[in-house]
Amino acid sequence: MTAPSLHGRDSVTRIMAWVLGALVPGIAVYVWLFGPGILVTLALATVTAVAAEAAMLKMRGYPVRPFLSDLSAVVTAWLLALSLPALAPWWLIVTGTLFAIVVAKHLYGGLGQNIFNPAMVGYAVLIISFPVQMTHWPGPLELTQTALTLGQSAAIIFGGDVPRATLDAVTMATPLDTLRTGLLQQHTVDEIVRAPIFGHVGGTGFEWLAFAFWLGGLILWARRIIGWHVPMAFLLGVLLTAGCLHFYDTDRYGSALFHFFAPSVALAAFFIATDPVSGATTPRGKLVFGFGAGMLTIVIRTWGGFPDGVAFAILLMNICAPLIDQYTQPRVYGEAGRRRNT
Amino acid sequence: MSRELFRFKGGVHPPDHKAESSGRPIHAAPLPRQLTIPLRQHIGNPAKPVVKVGDHVRKGQLIGEADGTISAAVHASSSGTVTAIEPRTLPHASGLPDLCIVIDTDGRDEWVARAPLDYRNLPPAELRMTLRDMGLAGLGGAVFPSAVKLDPGAQGACPTLIVNGGECEPWITCDDVLMRYRADDILRGVTVMRDLLGSTEILVGIEDNKPEAIAAMRAAAAKLDYAVEVVPVPAVYPGGGAKQMIETLTGKQVPTGRLSTDIGIQVFNVGTAYALARAVFHGEPMVSRLVTVTGHVLRPQNFEVLIGTPMRALIELAGDRDGVTGVLMGGPMMGVPMPLAAPAAERAPRAEDADVPVVKATNCILVQSRELFPPPPPVLPCIRCTRCADACPAELQPQDLYRFIKAGDFGRAQEYHLFDCIECGCCSYVCPSHIPLVDYYRYGKSEIWAREREKRAADLARERHEFRQFRLEREKQEKAEKLAAKAAAKRAELAAEAAAGTPPPAAADGDADAKKALIAAALARAQAKKTQAAPKNTDDLSLGQQREIEAIEARRAKIRELARKPLASEEDA
Repeated sequence: MTAPSLHGRDSVTRIMAWVLGALVPGIAVYVWLFGPGILVTLALATVTAVAAEAAMLKMRGYPVRPFLSDLSAVVTAWLLALSLPALAPWWLIVTGTLFAIVVAKHLYGGLGQNIFNPAMVGYAVLIISFPVQMTHWPGPLELTQTALTLGQSAAIIFGGDVPRATLDAVTMATPLDTLRTGLLQQHTVDEIVRAPIFGHVGGTGFEWLAFAFWLGGLILWARRIIGWHVPMAFLLGVLLTAGCLHFYDTDRYGSALFHFFAPSVALAAFFIATDPVSGATTPRGKLVFGFGAGMLTIVIRTWGGFPDGVAFAILLMNICAPLIDQYTQPRVYGEAGRRRNT
Repeated sequence: MSRELFRFKGGVHPPDHKAESSGRPIHAAPLPRQLTIPLRQHIGNPAKPVVKVGDHVRKGQLIGEADGTISAAVHASSSGTVTAIEPRTLPHASGLPDLCIVIDTDGRDEWVARAPLDYRNLPPAELRMTLRDMGLAGLGGAVFPSAVKLDPGAQGACPTLIVNGGECEPWITCDDVLMRYRADDILRGVTVMRDLLGSTEILVGIEDNKPEAIAAMRAAAAKLDYAVEVVPVPAVYPGGGAKQMIETLTGKQVPTGRLSTDIGIQVFNVGTAYALARAVFHGEPMVSRLVTVTGHVLRPQNFEVLIGTPMRALIELAGDRDGVTGVLMGGPMMGVPMPLAAPAAERAPRAEDADVPVVKATNCILVQSRELFPPPPPVLPCIRCTRCADACPAELQPQDLYRFIKAGDFGRAQEYHLFDCIECGCCSYVCPSHIPLVDYYRYGKSEIWAREREKRAADLARERHEFRQFRLEREKQEKAEKLAAKAAAKRAELAAEAAAGTPPPAAADGDADAKKALIAAALARAQAKKTQAAPKNTDDLSLGQQREIEAIEARRAKIRELARKPLASEEDA
């Protein structure tokens, strides 16, 4: 161990703690507008992730304490939980989290080594394997008029004896689902967005959730926890792709702003695509990565078989990240061809 | 007068800790009882000793002469007797010994005869040789022989001269106090530099955390009959690096693999300018320098120190304290841990363990304690957050270099410009996983050097082997040709003899006779050879040939040695 003998105050724990902190406004709005079910999901995912992380670390012969206290497992758990329907059954949450931590993270070599974003791998496995259970989205309280208590939410999640009618009363198709189904039934976008689930720019309630994620993302950017490249490029990718499609045919493609103000897009732009481990690292590479992920999100939403495209878009771009890095190496100090020297 | 400044990429803002030592005036360190003066204090060839054990030397007397162009002489820092010329531990991370001249001082501190140089009337080349022989080397840290840098080269002039008073490393203040108290002398040195380089623009870059130094330099510059612009630059580490200072002041980058003079800029440290003034106007070779002694000591301050003074004497002078955990030469970012003489375990290190001398490169002695320099937290895996890339002033991708070196892929690391790394330590400083990145880069560089040496040795051996094969083949061929020619000549001769002696009709008879004669002749030759016992070609050699053979043998042995132990010679690392 030689130079330097001086170290900054930054640490992986601090970075992860900021990410968790920046998710809090989003979670608060979630609880306020959709009921406390998400808290049960978050808690269950966290406990599962930490237990799985500890077990994997022990099995792989790593010191448990320093690695567990880096909080990276908790971040994975929260991102996955926020991507799942808040009233999904407990075994769905546990399966997804286990897959994220055990397979996507530790079997690939643990912290810093995973090629794919663990939370998105967990989500992808669930949406492919259990598409029906992945629709248990609680509707916005404003529309359902039935508020569940924390206990009732837990009962639904842990498979307690909940009458089918209650479940039907509190869950609703998401705006994205509504749009997809409407379009399949040959309705035009204009007709579909008259449904009460659509709010001012996004979905009723959903748009406020998106704003809360935006707020958290901007905090992360202001604190220099994340850079501007990936979120900016991601949002631009979403906006341009959706905008072009909407411009091409306003009846068959949702508006750019509707996509732009979806909570999944905000979460992906600021919290998921910015995962440094599985993303690109060069400045131009980050732009390519973010833009590609944003574009693919809309492409998959529009033509794909699943309700949302974020997870698959991120995973596809994860595959490309090393290649993107290789072809976007920045010029180094003093290298020929710099504008300043000529 | 405000100048447009340019912000180089990257850099960090560690706490500067300058106030601790900058408040006290320069204090001359007392003459030590013994001086240990290494012959290798600069970049390039080490000096060659020109004194013997037992010689009496005076202060400023040449004791080691420069060896070649890129070298600098070494002088006695005080008067006394040479008591040893032997390897001693050097102030270097390796803790390896190297040749030093040890002088027991007599306390009189008698100078040799010295006179100012008539530098305006000396031919520049001669002046540069004189400066080399006065031991001038860059005091900013790299200790590159200054005489070489004072050559404007083929262009005949270097338009921009930058005097570097950046001093960006935390804790160090020797340049700061030098500028505060000796600004006039620094600028007299700058005048000589300007004349030698033919510069038209003279800039003094000083980080804006040194307002007193800026004021002092401005006041001194106002007295000159030519313009010197003193420019405060933002305090960003490593803004005092030569390349960074150039970019800050001019917006230009030094092209990879070239020198700053190629873009018409030369940079000198303020301490070097001061030493140059002492050499030219007082005839004093480089026998002392300013050293900041700071950190975990009672009275952090700057000392004027004779080269060769033991570091422990300075630490004691500044007031040593309990709880020392280490001693750095240089600042906390690029400083080198000093080998401590005490056995590693048993007890905590103390000041007296720093048994290495102050050399020309010693700008700071930083005494560490657990409170000032807590041990870094445990290392975690890289999460590719690229904070290092954001901080890297060489604009590299440190996270990739780290990955390649860790995987042993040195070729890729080289492709990704490993050798453009200036080892400033910004990447390690910002790393949230606390990875000692600079250590990896140093390891990578030394591995690549070692491999190149190995490859050179192998190439040489192969070339020699191939040439030997070729030579053997050629000799064989030549021998065969010679034999064939000889046989043909003999046959022709005999044929001619036969034609003269016997008539052509008795051809069959004649043929048999000729054969007989041939056999007889061959037998006679063999007989003669036996009795003679022809001398071998290695006998009866002249003295010259003998020497030549010995020289060849020696070279062969050296090559064999080189091929067997490619890692043995580390000196060019």
